[in-house]
Amino acid sequence: MATKETRAHDNAPSKPEAANQPDFLGLEPGELSELLRLMILARRFEEKTAESYQLGKIGGFLHLYVGQEAVAAGAISALREDDYVISAYREHAQALVRGVPARAIMAELYGRATGCSKGMGGSMHLFDRSVNFLGGHAIVGSHLPIAAGVGYAIRYRGGDQVCLCFFGDAAVNIGAFHEALNMAAKWELPVVWIIENNAYGMGTEISRSAAISELVGRACSYEGTASAQVDGMDVLKVRAAIDEAVRIAREEKRPSLIEAITYRFMGHSMADPSHGTYRAREEVEGWREDDPILSLSDTLIEAGLMTSEEYEEMDRAVIEEVEESAEFAEASPRPDESHIYDLAYSDEYPHGLDRRDSWR
Amino acid sequence: MAVITYREALNQALREEMVRDESVFLIGEEVAEYDGAYKVSKNLLEEFGEWRVRDAPIAELGFAGLGVGAAMVGLRPIVEFMTWNFALLAIDQVINSAAKLYQMSGGQYNVPIVFRGPGGAALMLAAQHSQSPEPWLAYVPGLKVCSPATPYDAKGLLKSAVRDNDPVCFIEGELLYNVKGEVPEDEEVLVPIGSADVKRQGGDVTIVTYGKMVHEALRAAETLSAEDEVEAEVVDLRSVRPIDVPTVLASVRRTNRAVIVEEGWPVANIGAQIVDDIQREAFDAMDAPIARVTGLDVPMPYARNLEKLVLPSAENIRAAARDVCYI
Amino acid sequence: MATKVVMAQLSPTMEEGKLIEWKISEGDPVAQGDIVAEIETDKANMDVEAMGAGVLRKIVVQEGATVPVGTLIGIIAEPDEDIESLLSEAEAEPAVVATEERPDAPEEATAPAETAVPDEAATTDEAAAGDETAEAAEEPSAVVPPLETGLEAESGRVRASPVARKMAAEKGIELGTIAGSGPGGRIVKADVEAAVAAPAPAGRAPSPGAIGVSEPPAEPRLRDERVEASQMRKAIARRLAESIGPVPHFYLTIEVDMGRALDMRSELNARADGFKIGVNDILLKTAAEALVRHPQVNASWDEDAIQFHGRVDLGIAVAVDGGLITPVLRNADRKGLRRISLESADLIERARARKLLPEEYQGATFSVSNLGMFGIDEFTAVINPPEAAILAVGMTQEKPVVEGGEITVRRRMRVTMSCDHRVVDGAIGSAYLATLKEMLENPLAMVL
Repeated sequence: MATKETRAHDNAPSKPEAANQPDFLGLEPGELSELLRLMILARRFEEKTAESYQLGKIGGFLHLYVGQEAVAAGAISALREDDYVISAYREHAQALVRGVPARAIMAELYGRATGCSKGMGGSMHLFDRSVNFLGGHAIVGSHLPIAAGVGYAIRYRGGDQVCLCFFGDAAVNIGAFHEALNMAAKWELPVVWIIENNAYGMGTEISRSAAISELVGRACSYEGTASAQVDGMDVLKVRAAIDEAVRIAREEKRPSLIEAITYRFMGHSMADPSHGTYRAREEVEGWREDDPILSLSDTLIEAGLMTSEEYEEMDRAVIEEVEESAEFAEASPRPDESHIYDLAYSDEYPHGLDRRDSWR
Repeated sequence: MAVITYREALNQALREEMVRDESVFLIGEEVAEYDGAYKVSKNLLEEFGEWRVRDAPIAELGFAGLGVGAAMVGLRPIVEFMTWNFALLAIDQVINSAAKLYQMSGGQYNVPIVFRGPGGAALMLAAQHSQSPEPWLAYVPGLKVCSPATPYDAKGLLKSAVRDNDPVCFIEGELLYNVKGEVPEDEEVLVPIGSADVKRQGGDVTIVTYGKMVHEALRAAETLSAEDEVEAEVVDLRSVRPIDVPTVLASVRRTNRAVIVEEGWPVANIGAQIVDDIQREAFDAMDAPIARVTGLDVPMPYARNLEKLVLPSAENIRAAARDVCYI
Repeated sequence: MATKVVMAQLSPTMEEGKLIEWKISEGDPVAQGDIVAEIETDKANMDVEAMGAGVLRKIVVQEGATVPVGTLIGIIAEPDEDIESLLSEAEAEPAVVATEERPDAPEEATAPAETAVPDEAATTDEAAAGDETAEAAEEPSAVVPPLETGLEAESGRVRASPVARKMAAEKGIELGTIAGSGPGGRIVKADVEAAVAAPAPAGRAPSPGAIGVSEPPAEPRLRDERVEASQMRKAIARRLAESIGPVPHFYLTIEVDMGRALDMRSELNARADGFKIGVNDILLKTAAEALVRHPQVNASWDEDAIQFHGRVDLGIAVAVDGGLITPVLRNADRKGLRRISLESADLIERARARKLLPEEYQGATFSVSNLGMFGIDEFTAVINPPEAAILAVGMTQEKPVVEGGEITVRRRMRVTMSCDHRVVDGAIGSAYLATLKEMLENPLAMVL
């Protein structure tokens, strides 16, 4: 059973905490409240998608991020604009935090032409080149070698960018994980690997499938790869760990493997109950007490950096933004059917793709 | 005009494209210090250095995916598979990533990558090393698939593949590397992807083929001419996705008869597709059912005599051509 | 009692005959022994005599048609006699005839037609060797065929390859009148070709309505043929080549009165459908037509032989930025003006946009270069090997011309043909140009 007590091993390379004195990592009050706002945005956005899904406005698979917001916000906020982010298929929050507009993501989920992938990708395939968001990839592990390739291109050009690669705990068991981490270590590629360990690969607890109890331990197979395990329910601890990993990548051209211990409050997807078959209601409720959003807002209010009115106002503004994104999506046109062949190839395709569709 | 081998033609193509465009790099097993398992990348490491000619670990899925990632952010990788048999380990990256990213991203990320290496049977390499991957690949929208038969086409197509902005699967022939042919020295050799080439003209029957089988078809055509008074037109597809259907149709409309030849297995292969294209678009031109000559429908056995039995020969092709000519 | 008039076998090798003329009309009285029709066999034209008396009740096969031996071509009967059963039999007959001629097709072996006299049946047996022959020969040579003709009629389908079916339809040949030589008696292309070639090659049927976009006939009007050059011809080729270069050119110029052609064009273009035909289209059409009449010009020098081309593929010289390209209008001789106009416009447009595929600018058999639009009076063009000639067309302009001692103003155009002397001699080239001129000056003749 995955309780917070048994799972959180924070050995992130952050400064030791002074008693009762929160460590704000030298961040400005505005940066701190922005971290909070991003987490609220991710939360409210997911709540809205769940509602829209139940109303049939969103189709396909919908994997929600509720509970894990601290990982996306803490990690991505450590990046520069010219860095790269790549993720698996539970990636709405990563896209939002990276700066993909909420309305573009919502429109994508609604299957509209105004979506960030023009309605061609859906929930699992969000892309936005303008913010170097390299996508949601829906085959477990498949985007890890791709992230290595982005790192290779950075080194190839002599750049100092970083590629941040999110994946779930279950991906550590697939061959691509090993192949990608091996190449990144051998060729010293600036990639930060983040395991979002939410304890379950769908309904299978990770301890039932991985022959290692601390996933971060896998890093020892790849010499030169820095590693840390971090409390993924604490956005500042995530931020501290990624700050250091990004520095190592940028300056030392070395990859890092960061394991963020986190938890999803909802099911694997909308088709999956949040509790019952593979985990107990009590377990979920236990983790909910450690809600990363409430933790940060309480901390900020206690530290006098924010009032509870300001927090409520922030929440109201976010809800408004999310509601507006849904209205935008609803009002957006569906993709033009006459362009069905336009995006299969970017280059010339001699003799046409429509040669064999005369039955239409 | 210089006469060079298929291997040298590929080497020239790689070198010329790497000189022309700094974003082009080669990655694969043994491509650098060893000069390539089939010496296709000879001397390239020396000229371009390790970041542009990269020896990869034996991890096809990994380095194929690495190529995809590099291509997404602007490089033009050439991923060499020591043979296409090993590329089966990488097929997720070829199909689920390279082929689909452009559309899946709403047209934001194209993947200008070449996956190349030898395919088909060589000599007594048995089941796991003797197979033709073209139909598997040609099935996938988002990919382009080439399989040249001659040094000229090998050079011209590979250069076009490197310049193409989408993923191109490039299947060479293990037994073709030593084939010689004329390739001009002082001019740019570019063969457009998706264009077939009539390797021999004739008015009585069209033989449609590609890759290694082009040579068998040409041999068959000579025998047909000498022994049967049948003039066969040999259409070398050169690319199997896109298939140059107009060229096939133009020939078949003149000859009214078609034989389709390929080395691989008979079910759901390239020839099956071409039969469909012909019957749909040139039904009224046909004077005989279309014949297909393929490898036999079994995994490749090791023994020499059995291997010969499984692979299509010029004699098989001649027999099929005689059939459709009602001889 | 009704009597059938059939396509009689009038020579030992005759397989089919062409109905040249009916000597009498439907309704005319006939006495036994009267000559009712004239037919053309593979040897000669011969008369058909009536085998019975009465009235020519029905003409089944029209003049001009070619049908296999044994086919019912007419019915002689009493004026009030019921001939329906004979007529329906005639409809079923094609299959019967095909069957009769293919005894090696067991599933089609039904009773031979009633005209099968013992001698003929024997001939058929001898001619067709094979296991199934005996079986077919055992069929009783019934004098009165059954109305139902067995399996073939049941299925209602004649076996024919798609191209054979299409060609037969285009030529107006009943598939059932053709014997199939393919597997299971399938009628294949060669069978239709044989059926077409059998009658004396008459002049080409005029294409009705030159204005309509008619589909080109599938059958080439010329033949691919390689004729070994004579010793003299080889010597001429060698010497001329040695003297002036690889392609020994010579040039012939002729002046053409374009008045009627231009009038015809105006008339065509005045039609309400908004379709415009250009002078060049008329030129292409005429050049192609003249090539059919002078196949020597539609040829190539090939080592020690002259290759005559079975197709008329016209190269159209098109100036493009930085050069010249010659897209090819395929089978120009088999296309109407409108189709030529549509296709050449498309080719020229894509040539200028450099969008032509290699196969669209290679392999012409003859070329036309028109610089009239640039105001050129006349010029000579260089042959595009392996073609044997190219037409250089100048501007059409008003000129004073002496006609019958009077000076009148005419619209004239000068055309120069460059010829490869190895293939085309002066007389041949001149004859071609004379034909071209004749056609352009009498454009209506083109529709004949």
